[in-house]
Amino acid sequence: MSDSIHKTTFTMPIGPIHPAIHEPIRLDLSVDGEEIVGVDVAAGQVHRGIEWIGMNRNNPVQSIYLAERVCGICSACHPFAFVQAVEQAANIDVPPRAEYIRVIVAEIERIHSHLLWAGVAGHEIGFDTLFQLVWRVREEVMDLTEYITGNRNSKAMYQIGGVRRDITADQLPTVQKTLDYYKSVFGELKKLLLDDPTVKLRTRGVGILSKENALRLCAAGPTARASGVPTDVRQDHPYSAYADLGVRAITPEVLTGTVVGDTYDRIVVRLLEVKQSVELIEQAVAEMPEGPILNEPKIAKLLAVLKKAEGEAVARTEAPRGECMHYVRMKAGEDTLDAWKIRAPTYANLISVPAMLIGGQIADVPIAFASIDPCLSCTNRAVVVNKCSGTRSELDSEQLHALSVEKTRRFHSELTGK
Amino acid sequence: MDILSARDVEQSFKDALKDDLVGTRIYEREVGLKKNVYTSLWVDVKRDGFRAAILHLCQLQEMPHFTVIAPADRGEAVDLLYHFSLYHGHHLKAIALAIRVTLPKSELTIPTISDIIPGAIFAERETQEMMGVQVTGIPDDRRLFLPDDFPQGVYPWRRDETGPQDMLKVLPGRQGIQHE
Repeated sequence: MSDSIHKTTFTMPIGPIHPAIHEPIRLDLSVDGEEIVGVDVAAGQVHRGIEWIGMNRNNPVQSIYLAERVCGICSACHPFAFVQAVEQAANIDVPPRAEYIRVIVAEIERIHSHLLWAGVAGHEIGFDTLFQLVWRVREEVMDLTEYITGNRNSKAMYQIGGVRRDITADQLPTVQKTLDYYKSVFGELKKLLLDDPTVKLRTRGVGILSKENALRLCAAGPTARASGVPTDVRQDHPYSAYADLGVRAITPEVLTGTVVGDTYDRIVVRLLEVKQSVELIEQAVAEMPEGPILNEPKIAKLLAVLKKAEGEAVARTEAPRGECMHYVRMKAGEDTLDAWKIRAPTYANLISVPAMLIGGQIADVPIAFASIDPCLSCTNRAVVVNKCSGTRSELDSEQLHALSVEKTRRFHSELTGK
Repeated sequence: MDILSARDVEQSFKDALKDDLVGTRIYEREVGLKKNVYTSLWVDVKRDGFRAAILHLCQLQEMPHFTVIAPADRGEAVDLLYHFSLYHGHHLKAIALAIRVTLPKSELTIPTISDIIPGAIFAERETQEMMGVQVTGIPDDRRLFLPDDFPQGVYPWRRDETGPQDMLKVLPGRQGIQHE
């Protein structure tokens, strides 16, 4: 009897081409009917050898721009970690005002990233009205990013020894206006994302990661915090101006009283972190000291200092998705870095994906996988392979997405009785 | 669980590892206006004492946060740096801890730690394929990032003859990269 059950297990590779969200990845799901019994993650489809270029071709200042392009969204946290590592290795001081500007830019990025994710989550469950609404709300912070940095995304603010642009006094009213806007819409966002019964049905109990698993599998960021692990680089490691601001990790029981570790809890954590970021920016603006913003404005002089530098250092920042780490080793007389290692948060969180998906249903894959906010999600194309007969049948993104949408509609009609 | 200072952690490693410890270094840096101190601790161990060092670390905090393995080609040897966040979850108390093992190129093997810390599996797979270090006892030794048709015996992070130099396309008008 058990043999015949084994024979009905299918392998269902999802991916690797995922144009709808940033990066491609393949998930090989073993499915027994609708239930997922095994998951394997196959990464590497966009491995670009960025570290190799930093070690062989670029000087450290050029590598800042490379670090900024590790990810399309995390264009603050990667250079933030990178410049800190180089500053430690080369023993370069940073003016306090620059530290505050760095924090403000990083928090603006967090607001934008979390809202982007919330919209995508809405889309994954077929709630496109929510998607459009949240992205409309996100537009305000994109405008603010452009206003402060000159660009909607690649911010180019970070420089070794400081930042490249100041936030001047006449810019502050616009910053405050945007923050006030977010405070005014927070209640509505909370109602839409957390109180909607359909959203709740699709996310409560879906993709559960227990606290024990989050610790064992070294999950990071909102994924770990939603499982009740109170870890946050901004809280744990004193770095930059965060050490002055007294940041505390947000876990879901603050709002709901319990920790389930599911997709719903990940929405709770991210939503509360948007609020936290708004408060942090206000606090940083109020406490920001006057002074210079750059230790050494002349790039040629800076490069000469960096060429003489000898040492190694590690720096971490809290990216919107979790802990981002850069390790740097510098050797005197070398233009390039001697060693460079980047660890982005999704690298850690992918290890937790099998633990989240096993036991779930195929229609829950889009939202559960997207709930770690991978830099790669949305399921574009799935091939169903029947192990017994060797036949392949293909599910494309529309069909898989349709499965997810159908499930939402079913819940919705059950709720409303229509 | 008591939270030790970086100096006490350093001392505890000295006591636990004795001869297997090669050296330690503490780096401190004041940050922000309130002058809080960012601390990183570097512990160099011999390969024989490596697993003991990881087990000792798990005594200090039940599940220290493992970040990644950062390998570096040092010419005659390969450095493996295991990065951890010790005392994560405590306000301003975390220590950036790095445990370093230096392996001669004649014997590039390291025991697995993914039985102690399951979250280390990706980093171990990556170290195997990118640096050519054999991880003994690894539960899953498939490649992680490199495609299956990538040639065997080429390790992208190496700077010697096993590096990827021959695979680089040098554009007209550019110089290839020379390593001494």
